[in-house]
Amino acid sequence: MDRIPIIKVGDFLLVSIQVDMHDRLVMSLQDDLTTQVVKARAKGVLIDISSLDVVDSFIGRMLGNMASMTRVLGAEAVVVGMRPAVATTIVELGLSLTNVRTALDVDKGMAVLRALVNPAGDEGGHGSGQN
Amino acid sequence: MTTSRQSRIAEILTRHEKPILEEWLREQLDALTARQDLISESDLRIQSAEFLGLFTSACRAGSLTDITTVEWKPVQDFLAGVSRSRALQGFSPSETATVVFSLKQPLFARLRKELGADAAALADEMWTATVLLDKLGLYTTEVFQKAREEVIKRQQLEMLELSTPVVKLWDGVLAVPLIGTLDSVRTQVVMDNLLQSIVETGSTIAIVDITGVPTVDTLVAQHLLKTVSAARLMGAQCIISGIRPQIAQTIVQLGVEFGDVVTKASLADALAHAFRLIGCTVTRQAPRA
Repeated sequence: MDRIPIIKVGDFLLVSIQVDMHDRLVMSLQDDLTTQVVKARAKGVLIDISSLDVVDSFIGRMLGNMASMTRVLGAEAVVVGMRPAVATTIVELGLSLTNVRTALDVDKGMAVLRALVNPAGDEGGHGSGQN
Repeated sequence: MTTSRQSRIAEILTRHEKPILEEWLREQLDALTARQDLISESDLRIQSAEFLGLFTSACRAGSLTDITTVEWKPVQDFLAGVSRSRALQGFSPSETATVVFSLKQPLFARLRKELGADAAALADEMWTATVLLDKLGLYTTEVFQKAREEVIKRQQLEMLELSTPVVKLWDGVLAVPLIGTLDSVRTQVVMDNLLQSIVETGSTIAIVDITGVPTVDTLVAQHLLKTVSAARLMGAQCIISGIRPQIAQTIVQLGVEFGDVVTKASLADALAHAFRLIGCTVTRQAPRA
């Protein structure tokens, strides 16, 4: 079964979803992501869903869950590149995903992550992702 | 019997085409005295002559009881064209149908002159002619109605598009000035337009201006919040502006919660807030002379 790659870029993890999601794939991604956040001591996770054009309520909820889990593990999460149709669907499904940070594209998402992890710009690596 | 009767009407029409056309025109002009601003006499003459020609040849070729046959196709098409154009010009349906119905009088006069001696044959012919012209008249009304409906549908679509523009106020700042009541169909259109524009312009801030929305009830608020959350999911922040004092009162009285969405009284305030968010400053310089 194929897996979604999780790439480590500096202090951050980059998850780019390029294929259509199904339930098992999203479950394995959740496992991998939480494991990787702990193993790599990541301070931020960027989930790029710009290629995702179909969502159902389960995948919508899992996106929210993954963001929350990342936060519980002491890292920040940003979902970027959501398509208009996907945004409309999620709202129509009644999932507001208020706990998920979003950005328009990977560039802006990275900027958001940097600002979150490093609010003053000079704190260095003593973020909350250590334990 | 039937065949001989059919040929009589066609024959009479052919033989007396000119005088029938003249009388018919006079009838129409009498009926349309108030409408001479919409159609000129010469146009009416051309139309009438063409119709009478088509009608005569159809009578000669086809059945006089069934206007759905192929012989009547040119007559139907012509009538459809006339009544469609009249619908657009602003005629009433009865005025349009009168065009066909007023042919009865000159036609009946001719029939009486030709068949005056034979009462039974005259009655038969009159009946055939009446049924035929009634069918054609009703057909014009039907087409008229359809043309009107098309006009209404097109206007509805135009209004929907007109009322939901998305404008770019600044680099990265979009505005959606909403005008009119927000129902679910319009919310969908607004949402689609806004989300598409966010992607196209890469904007991070969207200002939804509700100055032109007459009332905000719980349903409208729900629609607004839907739009705001969809934009937020795409990574754009929303500001709701243009809240009039009256609306502020209603919102609070209804217990509508806009949550953590920023709301401002005017579009100017919202733009100022947007500038702060994207780190822009506006400075005033000495005005140029």
